[in-house]
Amino acid sequence: MAKLKENLFRPLFDNNPIALQILGICSALAVTGRMETALVMSLAVICVVALSSAVISLIRRQIPDSIRIIVQMTIIASLVIIVDQTIQAFLPDLSRKLSVFVGLIITNCIVLGRAEAFAMKHEPGAAFLDGLGNGLGYSLVLLIVASLREIFGVGTWFGLTVLKTAQSGGWYVPNGLMLLPPSAFFIIGLLIWALRTWKPEQVEKG
Amino acid sequence: MLENYLNIFIRAVFIENMALAFFLGMCTFLAVSKKVETAAGLGLAVIAVQTITVPVNSLIHRYLLREGGLAWAGLEGVDLTFLGLICYIGVIAAIVQILELFLDKHMPRLYAALGIFLPLITVNCMILGGSLFMVERNYDFGESLVFGFGSGSGWALAIVGLAGIREKLKYSRIPAGLRGLGITFIVAGLMSLAFMAFSGIKL
Repeated sequence: MAKLKENLFRPLFDNNPIALQILGICSALAVTGRMETALVMSLAVICVVALSSAVISLIRRQIPDSIRIIVQMTIIASLVIIVDQTIQAFLPDLSRKLSVFVGLIITNCIVLGRAEAFAMKHEPGAAFLDGLGNGLGYSLVLLIVASLREIFGVGTWFGLTVLKTAQSGGWYVPNGLMLLPPSAFFIIGLLIWALRTWKPEQVEKG
Repeated sequence: MLENYLNIFIRAVFIENMALAFFLGMCTFLAVSKKVETAAGLGLAVIAVQTITVPVNSLIHRYLLREGGLAWAGLEGVDLTFLGLICYIGVIAAIVQILELFLDKHMPRLYAALGIFLPLITVNCMILGGSLFMVERNYDFGESLVFGFGSGSGWALAIVGLAGIREKLKYSRIPAGLRGLGITFIVAGLMSLAFMAFSGIKL
């Protein structure tokens, strides 16, 4: 039981997919301009990672070793298509804003990385929790970055006013840089610095 | 005509750089940018794969998947766009495999130089991203050829640039927590800031 719990919580801070394993960074940067897109993207990734890990783990004894990557890719691609169609059907506006990035979950290395490194060797239950944990670790970083960018970029959070901007009679002058691509790089870089100051064992040697 | 192609090329290389403006192919971008030499090899492989896969996927989208695309086979009103993702990733995997066989037979030296990077390109999201952007922007065959070459070149340019900076960084004293991944993000951010100076250029 303790081990299952570890599968779920270790990826949050101790072995975070973005900050330590360098996995799945592309989408982490691109969709974090607003909370809404970041949240939908997080949910999509959590669903795909958890379910693909569970499914791959279920049939892990039947998959021939030589074609396992293709099998894994097919399972992941099918799950992503389901998620993509669901978002298109129920949240058409957000689907347009997320543009190609939902489709790109297929090549998100977190998904394939967990399938290859964990799901192929463990029971479905453990694999599901591991996928869930990694999805949550990814979402945590995504939501922190998106919060910072939206609050300082336009003064809102989920569209609710947090800092009243000068334009609408408040005091805050929005920092336009926060909405542009470079700020995402800076915020993640500084976030990694903060995390490694807190947990010094993650510092790279050299 | 030529102007349009040139415009797409410039836009793909500088203004909408795959790595620095859309953050595509980031995992490899950060992981394989320690040495200029390997970065350049990977860049070349990416340009080759991207220049082939985007036009091929463009043909598949145009004549098989999009709504009414199967009209030439007598099947009117068939819409297979939902199969897009699975088809594109299949095409990419197949082309990378063919390219690998071809290089192994005809250009063994280049094949040896690329090594492990060639198969890894299959899961580089920048390749799949190129095909998805092509569909979203509705490029025709010629345009997608130019776009594939341009976006590949832009990505190669960015990774070689980052590798150059990281080689110099080895001699600097960086705070412990920033060492490695952290400082690479900050450098990539500064590069992305520099590339933003190109925005608005139009031929």
